[in-house]
Amino acid sequence: MFYRRAGIRHTRYQDERQLFPLGFDRFLILSVLALLIAAPFLLDRFYLAGYLIPWLIWTSAALGLNLLMGGAGQIHLGYGAVMAIGAYTSVHLVRAGVPLEFAMIAGGLMSASIGIVFGAAALRVKGIYLAMATLAMQYIVDFVISQTPAISGGSLATIQVPPVSFLGISLRGDTETYYFALFVCFLIALFMLNVGRTSFGRALAAVREKDYAAQILGVSVFKYKLLAFWVSSFIGGVVGSVLAVCYLRAISPDQFHIELSIQLLAMVIVGGLGSVLGPFFGAALILFAPIVLNNLTGLVATSFGLAIPIDLRAHIPLIAYGALVIGFLLYEPLGLAKIYSNLRNYMLVWPFRHAQR
Amino acid sequence: MDYILIAELAVSGLFVGLMYALVSLGIVLIYKTSGLVNLAQGAMAMTGGYVTWAIAAGLGAPMWIAIMAALVVMFGAGMMVERLALRRMIGQPVIMTIMLTLGIEIMLRGLMPGVFGAAVKRLDIGIPQAPLFLGELLINRATLIGGVISLGLIVLSLAFFNSRYGVVMRAVADDQTASWSVGIRVERAIAVAWGLGAVMATSAGILWGATQGVDWSLSLLLVKALAIAILGGLDSIPGVLLAGLIVGVAESLATGIIDPLVGGGTRDIVASVIILVTLLLKPHGLFGREHIERV
Repeated sequence: MFYRRAGIRHTRYQDERQLFPLGFDRFLILSVLALLIAAPFLLDRFYLAGYLIPWLIWTSAALGLNLLMGGAGQIHLGYGAVMAIGAYTSVHLVRAGVPLEFAMIAGGLMSASIGIVFGAAALRVKGIYLAMATLAMQYIVDFVISQTPAISGGSLATIQVPPVSFLGISLRGDTETYYFALFVCFLIALFMLNVGRTSFGRALAAVREKDYAAQILGVSVFKYKLLAFWVSSFIGGVVGSVLAVCYLRAISPDQFHIELSIQLLAMVIVGGLGSVLGPFFGAALILFAPIVLNNLTGLVATSFGLAIPIDLRAHIPLIAYGALVIGFLLYEPLGLAKIYSNLRNYMLVWPFRHAQR
Repeated sequence: MDYILIAELAVSGLFVGLMYALVSLGIVLIYKTSGLVNLAQGAMAMTGGYVTWAIAAGLGAPMWIAIMAALVVMFGAGMMVERLALRRMIGQPVIMTIMLTLGIEIMLRGLMPGVFGAAVKRLDIGIPQAPLFLGELLINRATLIGGVISLGLIVLSLAFFNSRYGVVMRAVADDQTASWSVGIRVERAIAVAWGLGAVMATSAGILWGATQGVDWSLSLLLVKALAIAILGGLDSIPGVLLAGLIVGVAESLATGIIDPLVGGGTRDIVASVIILVTLLLKPHGLFGREHIERV
């Protein structure tokens, strides 16, 4: 019904190949984008800084991880460390007086050049062993960052991010920061949408399906595995610097620990492996469901006079987060994006279900 | 360098390593039979500690009954985890099973402190606190007894693999389809492996709980257990024994010798370095079987 295909005639190949061939999809995307652009005028400051900005940043990071996991089929348990490298590099550069635009790129390049070491492990081992190797690297990078005074400013130190501006706009207020995060997220999403249509994306898909087969077809597994880690780590580094500048504003090593990596992994899985829409849904659910649930239990406890122990209430977010991951893997392994696409497929031909191919 | 100190560190490292090895024994057992790496093993050890504490303190049972009851409960819990969660994952990509066990880990890490309280629980299994002097070496009695019990359990599990059911499990580990065709109930063997894995995690949780108290930090045993499992080879039980000793001694020596040089924190990094070096040099570990992949 809504996603009407009737009356849409593609008379040129170009029309078939566009990102969103259906008019309704384009309309939906544009209206969501318009809503996001209008958000600072519609929403309270609190929601903007507390919900939308982290959502955009975590989504961008999950998109970068999804390129590696969904696109190239490599497991990465150390994405938090990659982001930490980008964040620390760019913050140190900004403090040294380098403009943010260059500092971000430099953070990305630094992350990419270290992230490619993670990729070197992928050349040697795969599957569960790769997961272990990246996990170990996460701990090692954490250790190096927190134990090197030149990077972290001494153990248990936090580094303040000085006031910065992007393309001449000062990123002090929430509105400017929000637009900056939205811009970065938009660019990364656009890249991810298009990467599947390039030879690079197709080579990654070949490597994902079977690396030997890809090699036989003439796709250099060596090159594309490293390239996948390079690109994904570059995105991670840039997002890490955005995270530091826009949201944290003072960075310390413990903000980039294994918990961040697992959180991003959970967003990718819950959202949908290999989909661009997925990380948007996944980030929203993983970030906000525990908070909402916690508030709900608080509400229930006060309105019905139930005495929920304080320890239990403190741990409800963790329980909810674990339960979400388990539940999605068991009941919808392809995540929220799959649920959306099922709905879309249903609506495409509703009410003529028998017409579905 | 002070040789007494080094000897002391090495000896205590040996026993601590044996206690780590007990956690990774479960990982190896589960990997051997079902080909999955259980990242919830540390959280299972924590759960075992909490359950023992709850039975002992909550129901007022004597400690040995509490331990027995906890082992039985956790055997059932391990089988339930396999039956309800992991069995549905057969045929899914490896990232899904990794993520599922991580999800279980996160949930247990929230559930146990949430239900039983987050404060550190003392678990007194009757080991005197006074240190033991062996010549000039000072040895922590809890780690000594814990290490000896762990060694006993590891030897016991080696013996188990020569028993009738152990042979069945070895067959399943070798080739699931072939075992199926000669009438072995593969699903049950895998479920039993998960149950036994949970039992080993529980005994490790009790021993560690006796030395450092029961709280969520018991789940951090996971990284060390993984290091041992990978260094020894994911499917080798003798490997666990040797790798446990190596990791324990390496960690203890690093804490004593490198820590003063770099300002602390090496204890947690030794395991990661061992994982990385093993994977890059000899991915199948010291005793692991090399898998030859066919296209």
